[in-house]
Amino acid sequence: MGKQVPVAEGVFTWPADEPRLLGSTCTDCANVMFPTQSSCSKCSGQSTEVTELGRTGELWTWTVQGYPPKSPPYAGDVDPQTFEPFGVGYVELPGELRVETRLTINDPAQMKIGMEMELTFVPLFTNDDGDEVVTFAFAPIEQETP
Amino acid sequence: MTTDDVAIVGIGMHPFGRHEGVSGMDMGVTAVRSALADAGVQWEDIQFAFGGSVSAGSPDTMVSKLGLTGLQFINVANGCATGGSALFSAYNSIKSGMFDLGIAIGFDKHERGAFRVSTRASGLRSWYGASGMALTTQFFGMKINRYMHEHGITTDSLARVSEKAFRNGSMNEMAWRRKPLTIEDIKASAMLSYPLTQYMFCSPGEGGVALILARADKAHQYTDAPIYLKAAVVRSRRFGSFEVMAPHIALEHNAGPTADASAAAFEMAGMGPGDMDIAQLQDTESGAEIMHMAENGFCEHGEQEHLLAAGETEIGGRFPVNTDGGCLANGEPVGASGLRQVYENVLQLRGDAGARQVPNDPRTAYTHVYGAPGISGVTILAR
Repeated sequence: MGKQVPVAEGVFTWPADEPRLLGSTCTDCANVMFPTQSSCSKCSGQSTEVTELGRTGELWTWTVQGYPPKSPPYAGDVDPQTFEPFGVGYVELPGELRVETRLTINDPAQMKIGMEMELTFVPLFTNDDGDEVVTFAFAPIEQETP
Repeated sequence: MTTDDVAIVGIGMHPFGRHEGVSGMDMGVTAVRSALADAGVQWEDIQFAFGGSVSAGSPDTMVSKLGLTGLQFINVANGCATGGSALFSAYNSIKSGMFDLGIAIGFDKHERGAFRVSTRASGLRSWYGASGMALTTQFFGMKINRYMHEHGITTDSLARVSEKAFRNGSMNEMAWRRKPLTIEDIKASAMLSYPLTQYMFCSPGEGGVALILARADKAHQYTDAPIYLKAAVVRSRRFGSFEVMAPHIALEHNAGPTADASAAAFEMAGMGPGDMDIAQLQDTESGAEIMHMAENGFCEHGEQEHLLAAGETEIGGRFPVNTDGGCLANGEPVGASGLRQVYENVLQLRGDAGARQVPNDPRTAYTHVYGAPGISGVTILAR
């Protein structure tokens, strides 16, 4: 049995408890960026520090990837017989930024701009070592029914 | 110097579409020869060339087919603004006073299906594409979805743009998709990236365009109907704009490179949106045409819904948009696409657009391209 491995190092802290995405904050102007980068896209400053981003936010916009992406670059299932459309969106993390992300839902009837979302992790594919490669996604926060 | 000091005196085009057995560069050569004939000049008269292609080879090697005359030939590769950048460079080469006569060339030939994005070439790491992002089609779906939410645009408007494009394309012998489609056909086609269906997207394609530019005071040596290039502008994105291939966007809002390029072009030309008679606007998908109508200053956000329903942007309407069928009917050979728009505007301003000639006797015409990684090019022409 293979283990689970992250799609890349330095993008998120999974498999930590309460894993988070890793961004950069500019030490000059406090601009927040994702993924990490060593200089600032806002003020051109050259000093940034790694920041753990928030885990929840509102869905700012979304689409559904309806056909298998070209591979490469895509590493997931591209077999037209078994391909499952997947949601993609931007989730607004308050006070930080809007992050582009896979979504765990793919039915337009369930997807609403403004809905509350939280960070999660999903299997992407099994690599040549038999390990399951994991990437980040956002999932709807289940609303308590009154 | 006046702002009238650069004129387009010759235009040539190889039909867009799919052409088995014809290389992208050969399409460029065909376009060049046709532009030379249009201007009544020989290849040896051309003093400089800017050539653009993203996927079909180094343009400067075409001199072995056109003739080894020793001219200055510079290759341009600038993503979706490649053609616009070639034209911008040619414009400035003449405006600077260094040359009298030159050519801007664009051609391309792409593999079938959606553009394959190189995350590395885009300055991004491989996890981004591997995880199922880095598709240009997703960006277009997400941008128009948000725009529809904010400004009350409906799916009917998306379908109307495509319907108009294929109807205009059916009157264009150079276009790829020449069969008119109904609103119902367009809405019922495969959902590629919600809310955009198959017939709301253009496809990567093949084709070539060449434009010959001259000093305005010498333009009448070559043509009775010179078309003056009043402005040519290329702008990249500023902080806070929402662009294709962006793992994050800032909370701070910026209207984007299209609004910047448009404002700069109007200032350069000494004109405003109300002075334009027709426009060719980037329509990678039908939502893009809608958003770009407002981003270029031709209407308020949300106004497009009733403008489209009233037919205002049809060939016979108050302000015709994408009269040759746009990217939707012509496909998008990236290196040639921006020059195709200018080619169409020259035809319209000369009154030579045949079945699709706009009836409003246009004196001014506008082009706009947009593409990865957040770049816009605008030109303004006048006769």
